[in-house]
Amino acid sequence: MEAFFFLLLAVVSIFSGLMVILQKSPVASVLFLVLTLVCVAALFVMLSAPFIAAIQVIIYAGAIMVLFLFVLMLLNLQRFTEGAWSRFQITGVVVAAVLAVVTALLLRAVPLPADSGFLRETPGLGSVEAVGLSLFTEYLLPFEIASFLLLAGIIGAVILSRRRP
Amino acid sequence: MIISLNHYLVLAALLFSIGVAGVLTRRNAIIIFASIELMMNAVNLAFVAFARHWGDVGGQIFVFFIIAVAAAEVAVGLAIIVVLFRHRETVNIDKVNLLKW
Amino acid sequence: MLETIIILVKVWAVLLTLVSLAAIMTWVERKESAIMQDRLGANRADILGFRVIGLFQPMADGLKMFFKEDFVPPQGNKILHTLAPVLAFFPAMVTFAVIPFGNVLNIGDLAIKLQIADLNIGLLFILAFGGFTSYGVVLAGWSSNSKYAMLGGLRGAAQLISYEVVLGLSLVGLVMVYGTLQLDRMVLAQNELLFGFLPAWGIFLQPLAFLLFFPAAIAESKRIPFDLPEAESEIVGYYTEYSGLRFGLFYFAEFVEIIVISALVSTLFFGGYHIPWLYEEGFAFPWGWTWELPHLVVVILRLAAFFVKIAFFAWLQVLIRWTLPRFRFDQMMRLCWKGLLPLVVLNILVTGLILLLAQN
Repeated sequence: MEAFFFLLLAVVSIFSGLMVILQKSPVASVLFLVLTLVCVAALFVMLSAPFIAAIQVIIYAGAIMVLFLFVLMLLNLQRFTEGAWSRFQITGVVVAAVLAVVTALLLRAVPLPADSGFLRETPGLGSVEAVGLSLFTEYLLPFEIASFLLLAGIIGAVILSRRRP
Repeated sequence: MIISLNHYLVLAALLFSIGVAGVLTRRNAIIIFASIELMMNAVNLAFVAFARHWGDVGGQIFVFFIIAVAAAEVAVGLAIIVVLFRHRETVNIDKVNLLKW
Repeated sequence: MLETIIILVKVWAVLLTLVSLAAIMTWVERKESAIMQDRLGANRADILGFRVIGLFQPMADGLKMFFKEDFVPPQGNKILHTLAPVLAFFPAMVTFAVIPFGNVLNIGDLAIKLQIADLNIGLLFILAFGGFTSYGVVLAGWSSNSKYAMLGGLRGAAQLISYEVVLGLSLVGLVMVYGTLQLDRMVLAQNELLFGFLPAWGIFLQPLAFLLFFPAAIAESKRIPFDLPEAESEIVGYYTEYSGLRFGLFYFAEFVEIIVISALVSTLFFGGYHIPWLYEEGFAFPWGWTWELPHLVVVILRLAAFFVKIAFFAWLQVLIRWTLPRFRFDQMMRLCWKGLLPLVVLNILVTGLILLLAQN
């Protein structure tokens, strides 16, 4: 059952990932990215990380991707399919393929410990309580720094997109 | 068939490679941006798979931070694309080469 | 096997109730507006001469939608044009899966939980699927290849993202008070008593949060005074190019959203299915009286209470819709970012301080 769902989600996410980079129209590309994100969120649920899955859907799919679409609609639509492909198209594909093969070979070469969390359950691993507790004790400083980063992002975006008189 | 860490890592590697291919082959700034998001998601998947593997919530915390950083990055990046479009009437990054010489 | 059947029955019952409530809402909207404007209202639809105060109107509406021409703009994107109403409708329905409509029902030694899915992240689940409704608006605006639909879609995207921030943050205070994201446990916590007599409903613990959540939720449902994506007197809106059943789906999604918002408001702020001082064994009033009731009566009373609360807030939303005029776009944005957002942050701050003081 788990294997079936994993294979289904893997196939759909790779297909839609390919569609992200193959579509000519950016709107279609962004929509396929949303599909990939939802598939990855479902995989998070299978990996006992429901909180992260919810965050992924709320922030990535619900806000960031709508922002993408908003910008696409805000700008002129007709010009958006121009210059679709790079001159280094073949080089790019070859580099990516080499990367995939090397990673796969590395994964085969390195033996992973048998004592895996995939076999034994870790109770309460990805629950809201566990994530929150860890976030506000062990990772408190990065958490605060992240809030500064977001503030900087807000200010940067406002200043950049303001029309100069 | 038991799904283990390796399956998730291979999937993450494939998604990451697709993202790399997208960044290298496309010239539309928005699609390049989308490809970068794809790569980030591949990394997130690997992190969460490792969190499950070690039974440690740390990996999920990292994903939380990555998502926060991605949100800030998208806000600024899209603002840059909007400004770019206003000035140059294009989102083709081959045509944005003022700093090249 | 039995569990699967129980879950299927629950899903079926909830879906059926939700759809029929939304259908009745179309009639309520017509009738209530008629009463407010001193008209007779929907009273023409009849079957063999029976009119029954216009209750056949939803059926007539549905039939009309069904037989209308289903037009797709030839220059638009056909796939997305079809997908958009589904994306507007489906997420609104799914959010009901985590809303508890009763406590446990015991039949013999079988305990049935009156909730489809008791998720650990219930509140986030609702926010996640609530966020998806914006795709319906944006894609409808984009795929129609029409200036007016496009303007509506742009407005919708900006409005929905902005008010989602207020919507999410206004619930943080509640999460802090009840210490859980699980809707079931939130509702159970609301049957405790404050000062020995007042039920610990969200409205008493987080009054400001309710005043912020309700407008934000109405803005998310895109109804007057926040109907700028639609604004039929200016731009006709994101579904300008829709007709027939696809338009009907958008129209219907709006009424499903009313029901979902009412259910959410009553679950989070008004004790869910609880009646004050009614416990599992029966009433126990703070002034000492007790009145024991059988289990089945308690369950039915609670279910009825939940329905009454939903009906009240649905009525309130229709009342607001027919009372207020529409905001201007800049006013609406200012209200969100300069009005509601600082208050929401203040609410979180004050709640945190009070909780900290209460602990020490």
